[in-house]
Order: sequence, then structure tokens, then C-alpha cells
Amino acid sequence: MGSILLFLSVLAVIGAWWLSRQGLASKPWLEQGTASALVEANATPPSKIGLGIFLAVVGSLFALFISAYAMRMQLPDWRMVPMPRILWLNTAMLVLSSLALHGAKNAAGRGAMPELRLGLLAAGISALAFLSGQLLAWRQLTGEGYLLAANPANAFFYVLTGMHGLHLLGGLVALGRTTEKAWRETTAEPLRLSVELCATYWHFMLLVWLVFLSVLTGWAGEFVDICRQLLT
Amino acid sequence: MAVALILVLVAVGSVVFHLVSPWWWTPIASNWRYIDNTIIITFWITGAVFVAVVLFMAYCVYRFRHQAGRQAHYEPENKRLEWWLTVVTGIGVAAMLAPGLFVWRQFITVPEDATDIEIFGQQWQWSFRLPGADGQLATSGAHLIDPDNPLGINREDPKSQDDVVIEGGELHLPIGKPVKALLRSVDVLHNFYVPELRAKMDLVPGQVSYIWFTPTRTGTFDILCAELCGVGHSQMRGKLVVQEQSDYQAWLQDQAARSFARLTPAAN
Amino acid sequence: MVDVPLGPTGAVAPADVEDVELYHPHSWVTKYVFSQDAKIIAIQYSFVALSVGLIALVLSWLMRLQLGFPGVFSFIDANAYYQFITMHGMMMVVYVLTALFLGGFGNYLIPLMVGARDMVFPYINMLSFWIYLLAVLVLVASFFAPGGPTGAGWTLYPPQAILSGTPGGQDWGIVLMLASLMIFIIGFTMGGLNYVVTVLQARARGMTLMRMPLTVWGIFTASFMALLAFPALFVGAVMMLFDRIFGTSFFMPAIVEMGQPLDRNGGSPLLFQHLFWFFGHPEVYIVALPAFGIVSDLISTHARRNIFGYRMMVWALLAIGALSFVVWAHHMYVSGMNPYFGFFFATTTLIIAVPTAIKVYNWILTLWRGNIHLTVPMLFALAFIVTFVNGGLTGLFLGNVVVDVPLSDTMFVVAHFHMVMGVAPILVIFGAIYHWYPKVTGRMLNDTLGKLHFWVTFLGAYAIFFPMHYLGLMGIPRRYHDIADMSFVPPSAHTLNAFITIVALIVGATQLVFVFNLFWSLRHGRPSGGNPWQATTLEWQTPETPPPHGNWGKDLPVVYRWAYDYSVPGADQDFLPQNQPGITRTVPGSSHG
Repeated sequence: MGSILLFLSVLAVIGAWWLSRQGLASKPWLEQGTASALVEANATPPSKIGLGIFLAVVGSLFALFISAYAMRMQLPDWRMVPMPRILWLNTAMLVLSSLALHGAKNAAGRGAMPELRLGLLAAGISALAFLSGQLLAWRQLTGEGYLLAANPANAFFYVLTGMHGLHLLGGLVALGRTTEKAWRETTAEPLRLSVELCATYWHFMLLVWLVFLSVLTGWAGEFVDICRQLLT
Repeated sequence: MAVALILVLVAVGSVVFHLVSPWWWTPIASNWRYIDNTIIITFWITGAVFVAVVLFMAYCVYRFRHQAGRQAHYEPENKRLEWWLTVVTGIGVAAMLAPGLFVWRQFITVPEDATDIEIFGQQWQWSFRLPGADGQLATSGAHLIDPDNPLGINREDPKSQDDVVIEGGELHLPIGKPVKALLRSVDVLHNFYVPELRAKMDLVPGQVSYIWFTPTRTGTFDILCAELCGVGHSQMRGKLVVQEQSDYQAWLQDQAARSFARLTPAAN
Repeated sequence: MVDVPLGPTGAVAPADVEDVELYHPHSWVTKYVFSQDAKIIAIQYSFVALSVGLIALVLSWLMRLQLGFPGVFSFIDANAYYQFITMHGMMMVVYVLTALFLGGFGNYLIPLMVGARDMVFPYINMLSFWIYLLAVLVLVASFFAPGGPTGAGWTLYPPQAILSGTPGGQDWGIVLMLASLMIFIIGFTMGGLNYVVTVLQARARGMTLMRMPLTVWGIFTASFMALLAFPALFVGAVMMLFDRIFGTSFFMPAIVEMGQPLDRNGGSPLLFQHLFWFFGHPEVYIVALPAFGIVSDLISTHARRNIFGYRMMVWALLAIGALSFVVWAHHMYVSGMNPYFGFFFATTTLIIAVPTAIKVYNWILTLWRGNIHLTVPMLFALAFIVTFVNGGLTGLFLGNVVVDVPLSDTMFVVAHFHMVMGVAPILVIFGAIYHWYPKVTGRMLNDTLGKLHFWVTFLGAYAIFFPMHYLGLMGIPRRYHDIADMSFVPPSAHTLNAFITIVALIVGATQLVFVFNLFWSLRHGRPSGGNPWQATTLEWQTPETPPPHGNWGKDLPVVYRWAYDYSVPGADQDFLPQNQPGITRTVPGSSHG
């Protein structure tokens, strides 16, 4: 359960930092009588906070999958899955998608509609390419006999990539709606928030994918081993 | 008034129930008297806290019940009192935890001279394997199980020659000898539980868990399964018979004679 | 006169809620069925959860009938018995308690108590309820599926849960259970995001975190924990579904089932237990923390006294919430896991007792020198303290690793968790319903019926579960369809079992009084006015009762004080609403504060 505890510790540090700024040691009964001394509303829209917390939930989900992976991996019947080459192309596609959305976000900030539309479209198409590539990777593995039930390593490969894919698919729904809106609107202003949220989500999904990739290829395991050796 | 009285009755009634009710643990038959002692310590500490809290509440309800003209005292906090209570609680908790951890270390540290036995669970019966003259158990595996070899003993292992297998019967153990029970399951989780021994542990398919104990009293005791193992869970019973050494040896000889026939390697 | 200094208030986000686009219902359907008003959603959640609770109550009767009078009711065979206990447990823990505290009370109280017009994401909030309803329907559907619901125990331990020796293991039961849980978690995540973000971003002006009522603190912390803990159950459910449907071996080792080897290899049943309890233990506190919060407010309001040690209460809540993520394996002391874990988890578990004890002390110290009105909500709050202390203390037995060894998997455990996370939170739920019903409906619940309901429920539940501990101490295992033929069980234990069953039937039947009261008072209850308990918190200060959509009329409330200004010296009434502008006053608390 190492990775989930690590993930939760990070969240706990963030939470503690935030709480430390909320005056938890103040004595509220002494502060009665006025509201005027209070700092005015901070301008963060609720949906941004909401997305942040949602990402914490998703992160917790994936960290738990990795924890389960790490625990199951130690049992003797584990046989690593060779990574299909196409995964590297897929990774490139996802990076591209993330970059495109980043561009779209900047374009929205500048109010450049054509670039914004282009960025959204490019992001959507490369994300679809990523997902199709993942399906191809599945087909390739199945074709080579790495069936779901044959070994837990295979099963984890399908489950992890599938889970990640489903989350990206969910993101695509939001991205699709934003893109559609981008063609209806004439100014970037009403789109700015949605594009920003999409970009954040995409970067997070890219990060998750990179972590998964390092776990599935075994790099993460080697890295942990090296750390352990350094400590002992 | 009535409320305060009933609260007092709840507190006092609970204590009286604890002291006079006929329902208490079964007389112990193993070396785990320490566990009982730790429970007793815990009962004293927690019982005192429970009675104190409920009686204090009852007092407050009686003394500070709403009456015309009463005004509650305004006091947001009292740091000294709170810290003081925290420290006392910490001490009480430590007083329960320390003996607990101490006894746990004994519980998981098997003495050198303990005899290995195997307790084998399947839906829904208990089987046992005792080492024969060599005092050692042969290796085993779930993939070796077949109708002739219900426990999956590795017959290539020379130690298998004298292992005594008791299928669905009674487990006999000699009094006063520490036993390390290796727990194996072949299908689902089970739990080897003899209330008189106090010790219990799950049998987990795919791995071997263990407990150790020394029987200290002769007699026949129920073996129960304490981990839900399917629809026959409550029918999964066995018997543990603790005997004097000589009786035990006689029984073991008899069992060995019966089980050799089945365990000789199949002719091929 | 001491001039009250304005303390540092820190960064606060009293975001005005004007920017929340209020949804305006146009028809009856969008107003009462597909409503996006948190208050309607709360009522929908509560109604469904209480209905599920009644089903689960009937299931508990059936299993008690078997335990009290074994063999008399031939239709309760072992299959049915295990199905009943499984469904009773899962329904009560997840679909009743979690849904009621967070979906019901959370939805109703958070926006009102923090001074918001609604949840921040009303549409997602609505979806959350309908997905929850779907989860309930899928769960209930398993009663009608071939093979019936799963009988794997609410812990759903594999391999047993997906093998043929367990009811529903190779039929639909387990599949529907896992599917329902996954749906529930998706729905809950939607709701949970709302509860958390509303507290973070939609508080009224002046509502600093430290001015929030403890109810909001409790629900907020619990929602956060649930958001992070439920994924563990989700992961376990996904993997078990794969094991069940696609024949993978996540949790399945090499198995010989009834003499037949299965095509599985190498999996780890303990892996599931780790995942399950990583969710399961925080879940205990997900149920407990809202109860802690609500009971604090009930006691404070009805004892006319500020909650004693508010800051400690908040810190303790947060400490309990954080610690509850590192105690999960105390459910696994005898599971065959690495025994050395026992030292760590026993220590963390017993440490959690300290902040919990602080909360108890502060509740009873709030009563001390109070002005105690023995209203029905107050009675339930007092009963909560009794049962919670009782159940919490037996938790010290089970958390202390070696003491757990003889007691785990016995009726002692059943008695313990029913006392601490069954009876105690449900008493709070009842108290809370008696307390807030006037706000929801504008009418009081009938007091006489309430007191009858209270006494039978409290004393009855105590009489059920207190003696049950001793059956466990004796060694009677839990989840036994039949405890016949145990040499160490005296006949008197069977008498005790019969007694428990009879009391359980009486307590169960008394809940009908409560249900009747809910409906009867809707029409015939005494009109309550806006603030019948003379409480300080914002929900009692709404311009209209019941509050309409949008809660506050034209202007949002502004908060000038914390939630516990009861019996303030020098004030002309014994409570000062949070939105009442200040009076300068003497503060006796400042001398040693």
C-alpha cells in the first residue's frame, strides 16, 4: 500500500498547508461582532476547485491500482508483459494532445479564436489517436497470446490502460462540448474556463499515463529498488 | 429526574450484569492466560471510564436541568482541563497497549521446541497432518491434490513417508507440549478457532499461516471455523482432544498404521 | 468591560454566491422529481435511504428469528441466512448510513448552514441522487435474480465471494453487488465534490472555517475522507469483477473446490482485504464524523451552552480523519498477514482513541453547568453518548492486537460495531430528524410519540447489544446460521439469544411509530415557526420556513459570530444568531482562553 500512502501523504501536506492558513488556532468566540475584517472572496471559480478535488479522487484511484499492482507483482507467478512498440507512439500522441490543449488555453487567454479552435481540434484528434493506439496495443497483445486471464501482469495491463482510457474518454466528452461551443461562440471569453479545466485534466491524465508506463515497463520498480539500495 | 435515574440505572445495570451474569469465557486450556489477563486489565480501565462518563452525565442532567431562571455558564474552553484529560487518557491507553504489544510479541514468537502440525481446511471440514517419527512435515501443494492425496502432500519428499493424515476426524494433541500449527486452506478463507485455546488464525489459500500454543488441560474441545467460508460455515466443526503423553502416543500409532497405506507412493 | 479584539482571521473565501447560476424549475417534475435544489435532493436521498433502512431492518428481524429460535422458521435456511446478513450489513453501512449522513443531511444542511443559496454544482448534485437510486435498484434487483443476492458477508472476501459454495457466488448476486457498489461510488463522488466545494467556496461573508458549526465540519471532513477512501472499494470491486467474470487471478490462488481444481493461480486473497479495509476503516469514521458534528450541535443548542472546547473539537475531527487512513489492518490481525504489522496497527488504532475521547469529554463538559432542556433531540444526543462511549471502549479491546485474537470473528465484534457505528449514529440520525424536521416542514414532530420512540429504541438497542458482547466473550462465532452442538455454550445462552430476538422485534416495530410520526406531523404537527429551538446557526435564520429554493430571499446572510453564542453574559436573550451584528460584551473566556 506504499503508493497510496505516499499519494495521501502528499494530499495531507497540501491539506495541512491550506488549513494552516485558515486560522485554525484562532478563537472564534473572541472575533464576534463583525464581518468587515474578513478578506474578500478569492476569485477562484468553484469548478476549478472542484476539478482539483476530483483529480485528487482520480489520483487516489490510480494510486490504489498501483498499490495493488505492486503487491500482486511480488507473488511468484508474475510474468512481465513485453510492451508493444505502439505504446511509444501513443505516448507521443498524448503528449501532443496535452500540448495542443496548452496552446488552446494560451490562445483563449489571448482571445485568439482561430488558434483556440485549432488547438481544441488537434487535442481531440490526437487524444482519439491515443485511444485507438491503445486499442491496437490490446489487439497486438491478445494476438501474441498475452490473454487477460493468462497472467496477472496481463490482467493489470488491460485494467490499468482500460481505466486510464475510460477517464480520458470522459474527458473527451467535456472536450467535445467545449469544442462544439468554440464553433458557436465568437469570442474566447466564455470558453476560457472550460478550456483551462480541460487542459488541467489532460495534463493530469498525461502524468498518470507516464506513471503507468513507468510501472508497466518496470522502470518504477527498478527505481524503487535503486532507492532502497541507496538507503541500505 | 427520570432521565438521570435511568442513566444511572444503565451504568449500574451494566456493571451488575458484568459481575453476575452467567455468560463469561470458557475455562482456558492453553498457555494464553496472558491474553485473558490483558482482557481483564482492559475491562477494568474501560469499565471505570464508562461508569464515570455515564454517571457524570446523569449528574449533569439532574443538576443542570432546565429550570426557570437558570442560565448556562459561558465558557468557550478550558485549556488546562482539556490537556489534563488528554494526558490522563493517553496514560490509560498506554496502560492497555503496552501489555497488549508485549503479549503479542509472545504470540507471534514460536518457541524452538514446538512441534509442527498442519491444520488443513476445505469446504467444510477440517483435516490434520501430524509428523511421524521424524518430527517433520513434508512439503505440499494445492496442485498435488487428488482423491488419493487429499492434502496435496509431496510424495517425492522423503519426509512424507511417516506423515499421519487425519481427514475430517479428531485432532489429538499431547498436554504440555508447545505446538506450532501450520494453517493451510485449499479453497476459501477459514479460521481455526478453539475457544478454550484463545488463539485463532485464518487459513488462507495460497499461503501458510501459523499459530502456536501449548495445551494445558486434557479434555475434548470444539474446533470451529471463525471465518465465513460459504453456506456450510456453521457446520464446519471438528474436535480437539488433549491427552496425556502416553494416551497420545497410543492414538498416534493407531492413526499411523491406518494412514500409511494411503500415503505410499503410487506404483507406476 | 473588556474590548473584544478582532483576532486574526486568516485568508477566508466568503465567496458571494450570486455567481452560482440558480436553476429555476418550470414544472412539477423539475421542481420535485428532477430537482436541482439541494433541499429537495436531500429529502429524496433521505427517503430512499430510510426505505432501504426499513428493508435492512426487516432482514435483521429474519436473521434474529433464526438466531433466537433456530429451526422454527424453515424458510430461513443457511443460504437465506447468509444472504440476509450480507444484504443487511452492506445496505446499512453504505446505502443507509453513508447516504443519509452525506446525501441527506449534507445536502440539506451544508448550503443552509454556511449561508449559500445551493450547492455549487446543482446539476451534478441531481445526477448524484439518481445514480444513487440506480445503485439501490441494482442492489435490490439481486433479490430477484437467479440464485438471489450474494451471501458472502458484507466484507465480500474472495475467494469465497465468487465461488459456488457461497450464495450468489456463481450466480448474479455478487456481480450485481459489485456493480451496485461501483455505481454508488460514482454517484457519491459527484455528491461528495459538491459537499466539499460548497464548504470551500460558497460560504457566506464572514463565515470563516472556525465559525462553522461542527455539523458542517463533520460532514465536510467525512466527505473528504469518503472521496479518498471509496476508490479503494472501487479498485477492489473492479478486480473482483474481473476475477469473477473473466477468470483472472487477482485475488484467486490455486484452488481445489470440492475436489475439483480451478484454473486459477497465484492470487492473493489478502490483497483484497487490504483494499477493502483501506476503504472500510475510514468508512467507519465517514459515518461517525457527521454524527459527531451533529451531536455537538444538538447538545450545544439544547443545553443552551456553547460547545465546550470548540477548537479541540475541530482539531480532533481532523486528527481522527487523518489517522483513520493508517489503521485499516486492525481488521486483519488474525487474517494471516505479516504478524509484525500488528504492532504498528495496534499502536495507531489506540492513538485514535485519544482524540475520540477528547470529543466525548467535551460533549459531557458542555452539559456541565448548562441549562439542559430534555427535548427529544437532546435525549437522543444523551443516548448517543452512552452507546458511543460503550462501543468506543469495546473498540479498545478489538484494536489492541492480542486482545482481538480471542474476540475477533465472534459476537463480541458484532455487538461492538453495532453499538458504535449502528446504534450510536442512528440515534444521532433520529435526534437530528427531530431537531431539523421543523425546518424541513414548518411543523414539529409529535413529542409524546417521540419520547416513546426514544425510550424503546435506546433502552431496547442497549438491551440487544450489551449482553451480546458476552456471547462473543464466551466464544460464539459471528455469522453462524446455527450455534447448536457447541459444548461450551450453556443453555442459558440460547435463552439470551431468544431474549435478544424478542427485544429486536420490539425495537424494530417501534420504528413504525417514528415513521407514523413523520407522516402524521406533516399535517397535524404543531406549527414550529422559523426557529423553534432558538438556535444560533444560519439554517434557523432563513426568512421563510421551510426555506424556498435559493434559501435566503434577496440578500445573502452575513455572518458576524461563531455558531455557539449561547447564554452569552450581557446579551438580552440566551442565543445570538450567527447573522446578528455585534454587541460589545465582556468575555469571561478571554482570561484563560
